[in-house]
Amino acid sequence: MTDLGPLVPRQRDMHPVPYDPEYKTSVPRSPKWPLLSMESTPSEETGPRFGHGVIGPLDNNLVLNFATDGSPAIGERILVHGQVLDEFARPVPHTLVEIWQANAGGRYRHIKDTYLAPLDPNFGGCGRTLTDDQGRYQFLTIRPGAYPWPNRGNEWRPMHIHFSVFGHSFGQRLITQMYFEGDPLIDRCPIAATIKNRSQLDRLVAPLDMPMARPLDFLAYKFDIVLRGRRQTMFENRLEGL
Amino acid sequence: MPQPLANLTETASQTGGPYVHIGCIPSFAGINGVYPQDLGLSPIQPGALGPQITITGQVIDGTGWALRDALIESWQPDSAGRFAGQPGADPAVSGFCRFAADKDSGEFSLTTIKPGPVPARSGQMQAPHISLWIAARGINVGLHTRIYFEDEDNSADPLLARIEQRNRVSTLIARKTGEGSYRFDIRLQGEGETVFLDI
Ligand SMILES: [Fe+3]
Repeated sequence: MTDLGPLVPRQRDMHPVPYDPEYKTSVPRSPKWPLLSMESTPSEETGPRFGHGVIGPLDNNLVLNFATDGSPAIGERILVHGQVLDEFARPVPHTLVEIWQANAGGRYRHIKDTYLAPLDPNFGGCGRTLTDDQGRYQFLTIRPGAYPWPNRGNEWRPMHIHFSVFGHSFGQRLITQMYFEGDPLIDRCPIAATIKNRSQLDRLVAPLDMPMARPLDFLAYKFDIVLRGRRQTMFENRLEGL
Repeated sequence: MPQPLANLTETASQTGGPYVHIGCIPSFAGINGVYPQDLGLSPIQPGALGPQITITGQVIDGTGWALRDALIESWQPDSAGRFAGQPGADPAVSGFCRFAADKDSGEFSLTTIKPGPVPARSGQMQAPHISLWIAARGINVGLHTRIYFEDEDNSADPLLARIEQRNRVSTLIARKTGEGSYRFDIRLQGEGETVFLDI
C-alpha cells in the first residue's frame, strides 16, 4: 500500500483567530492554551468515505429538494459550483460536500431562528453532493438573504452559504462559509473579520461566473475549496536506529 | 527571486454557526424529507465485534455553561485497530458518528465499540482512542481532540507523552462510570481546559 505521507501541518495564521471580542460568542468558547502539535497518525490520515448510495438525485438541488407542494423555492436562482483541491493542487475526488443556508428572506428553517422574514414552505435549506473524479461539485439553490443577529448593536450577516467538506482524512475536516462578490456587508461582518489575512477572506468570496450562468434560468457563482495536503516523499520511513 | 512555490493555501475555516445541524444532521434540526436519514447516526451496525460502550458528556464553555448547540463528530477504528476500508476491517464498523448536545441539557452520548490500538508513524503503538471534532457557534476553527480510556494502559501513548503539564493528561481520558459506560466532558476554556490537537 502506498503511504500518502503525513498531513501538512495547518497554517494557523491563514485561519480565523479563535478568540475575537468583536465576535462575542467566541470569547467563552475559544481555548486559552496552545494546541498540542504533533505529526499526524493513521487516526487523522484516514477518514470516513461516503458512497454514491447515500446521495439522492435531488440532494444537490435546494430549489426542489424540499418542494412540499411541488413548487420550487422562492428566490433568485443560482448555480454554485467549484472544485475541491488540496494544497498541492491535486483534485479531491469523491468527497462529501454539504451546504446549508437561509432562505431568500434571510430566515433559516430552525426552531431557534425567530427572524421576522417568513419561512418558504418549499425551502429546507440543506444540500449535499459528492465531488466527481476531478473534485468538482455543483449545487442549484436560491441566493440566501442577509439576516440580523445579536452581537453588537446592529449586526447583519452578509449573504452566505455554509460549507462542510470532508476530504479523505479526518484531519482535513473543514467547515467554512461562502460569501458573494460585491456584498457590502462582508466588510462589516465580525465573523468574516475573524480572518485577519485579507487574501484568505477574499478567497471565501465567490465571483459571479457568467459563462456558467444559464440564460433565462440561473446565475452562477464559483467557489473553489482547498483542503490540507499530504506530503509525499521517498523519506517517510525512517531506517532502524535513525 | 527564487522560483515561486506553486502550492495552494488551505481555505480559511469559519464558524459552523448556530444552525450547523441543518446542514449536518437535518432530521435532528426537524427538517425531514430531504434525506432518508441523517449521516453518521451510528459508528457501528449490529454484529460489530468488541465490547460495546457508551460515552456521555457535555461540551462546557469558559463560564462553566454546557453548550446546547455543539455538533460533534467521532472517528475510530474497529476493535482490532483497523479503519473502515482497510484490509480485514470489521464490515459492521463504519467508525464515523455525528452527535449533538441535547438542546435542553447539553448532554451528548456516543454508543460504539471500544477501538483497538493503532500505530503512530514511528511504528510506536498508540493507546486505544477515539478522535473527536467539535463544531459550534463561536468556534472559528473546528476543534480536534481524542478520547482515551481510564481502564486501558495509556502509559506508552506517544501523544499523551507529549503533554508537558501532566495534570492536563486526564482531560483526554474518559472516566469509567459503570460496566461499558464512560464520562467524558470537554472543557473549551478555563479550569481543566481540554487538550486540543494541532495534528
Ligand atoms: Fe448563517
